[in-house]
Amino acid sequence: MLEINNLQATVADKPILKGLSLTINAGEIHAIMGPNGAGKSTLGYTLGGRPGYEVTGGSATFNGQDLFELAPHERAAAGLFLGFQYPVEIPGVSFVQFLRESANAQRKSRGEAPLSGGEFLKLAREKAGLLRMDMDMLKRPVNVGFSGGEKKRAEMVQMGILDPKLAILDETDSGLDIDALRVCGEGINAIMRKSDKAVLLITHYQRLLDYVKPDFVHVLAAGRIVKSGGADLALRLEEEGYEAVVQETAA
Amino acid sequence: MNVEMTLPSRKDEDFRYSDIEALRSVWPIVTEEIEVAPDAEGTLEIVETGAGAVARHVAITLGKGAKFDLRVLTAGPAYGRIAVDVKLGENADFTLGAAQLATGSETLEVVTEVTHAGLNATSAQIIRTVLAGASVGTYLGRIAVERGADGTDAEQSVRAMLLERTATANARPELEIYADDVKAAHGCAVGELDAQGLFYLMSRGLTPPQAKRLMLQAFIAEAFTGAPGEEALSEAALARLEAIL
Repeated sequence: MLEINNLQATVADKPILKGLSLTINAGEIHAIMGPNGAGKSTLGYTLGGRPGYEVTGGSATFNGQDLFELAPHERAAAGLFLGFQYPVEIPGVSFVQFLRESANAQRKSRGEAPLSGGEFLKLAREKAGLLRMDMDMLKRPVNVGFSGGEKKRAEMVQMGILDPKLAILDETDSGLDIDALRVCGEGINAIMRKSDKAVLLITHYQRLLDYVKPDFVHVLAAGRIVKSGGADLALRLEEEGYEAVVQETAA
Repeated sequence: MNVEMTLPSRKDEDFRYSDIEALRSVWPIVTEEIEVAPDAEGTLEIVETGAGAVARHVAITLGKGAKFDLRVLTAGPAYGRIAVDVKLGENADFTLGAAQLATGSETLEVVTEVTHAGLNATSAQIIRTVLAGASVGTYLGRIAVERGADGTDAEQSVRAMLLERTATANARPELEIYADDVKAAHGCAVGELDAQGLFYLMSRGLTPPQAKRLMLQAFIAEAFTGAPGEEALSEAALARLEAIL
């Protein structure tokens, strides 16, 4: 589904990703872990197409398409979803209006008929319920006045409504209390654990992986993947720390 | 009726940023006088969406305890000038919500003079300007609080959004206060659309014009919140917004 080959990217002319390669197939859940400053968030933003994140080498192919040839909204329409570590507040724009227009913009670009108001609300209510979010919150301005946990749950509701093929979730677990973590984890499973979908979880900690069991765990350090393994690698990292595991690889 | 006969020049502070040639075509401006009796309420909508030059001058006098709600939408004229003078008596209340949308080489301006002449009067002005191309958008707003007009509460919120670096926004809020117990808050900002917000919206599938339109719609809506004709005003603004994006 996603094939990243020798990706190099800079932020403000500073090289952050230095030859990252990763292949994600349909039906797989991958986790990328790594210390602060390793380039985890940069990977998410670069794949999402955020301005200021410049690709200087390598490639990323998403279902046969050159991802870097596509503008951010075209990547979304192609089935990519980026879950933000810090979801942005947009005063005056309601979630319902924003998400309905987004869903219909994606459908339009795929040649599908738009959702009617009623169809959309039914879908939104179902996904909000999945994340145990009050539908009234979606009538409020986008993320304005939401707590950290509510913002992350709202990200998952958006994912449910937009129904992507690949979700890149940047530290969805940060800022969540124990219950919200479980709700989000279960939401990710319900929405994305399917044979035709895939997930890339970007995280510091093992705790989200208790709920969303990854098929592959990768360690990102200094802009490259330095070690890959199964779900047990995350447990080892938690126990021994990044430094020990990364050094063992270098030796 | 007071009609100024001589065409002003840009040396005149109130016409500092005007398109004088366009102004000539609609000169002289006849002042529209509105008087609101004590404890009465009035509303007015000024909607200018035609392409021709337009200049209006409205003078409103509010009696004791009178209320007035004025909404302005200038979206379309090559030159659009809306000048408003308001005189508030004791306990009077004045609300102005104005939105200006321009593109190309259009020049739009809102010029206000709000005079608090009695005790405890309140006034609130919200001005939202969206400028594309090489357009010019101006707000000149003077608040005068006369001697003895204690308890005055006067607010100005002025924001302009530049869609292109070639557009120009002028904002000049002015306070002239001769009373002691006065609240006068004014905020003024000229900026561009928040890039982070735009990326967030586009990452969900909105095209760049859709994302901008959604953010600007919310920005303009602030000028029409609570207006009797809120919905129609917002729709008229949206139509122009879609044309200039």
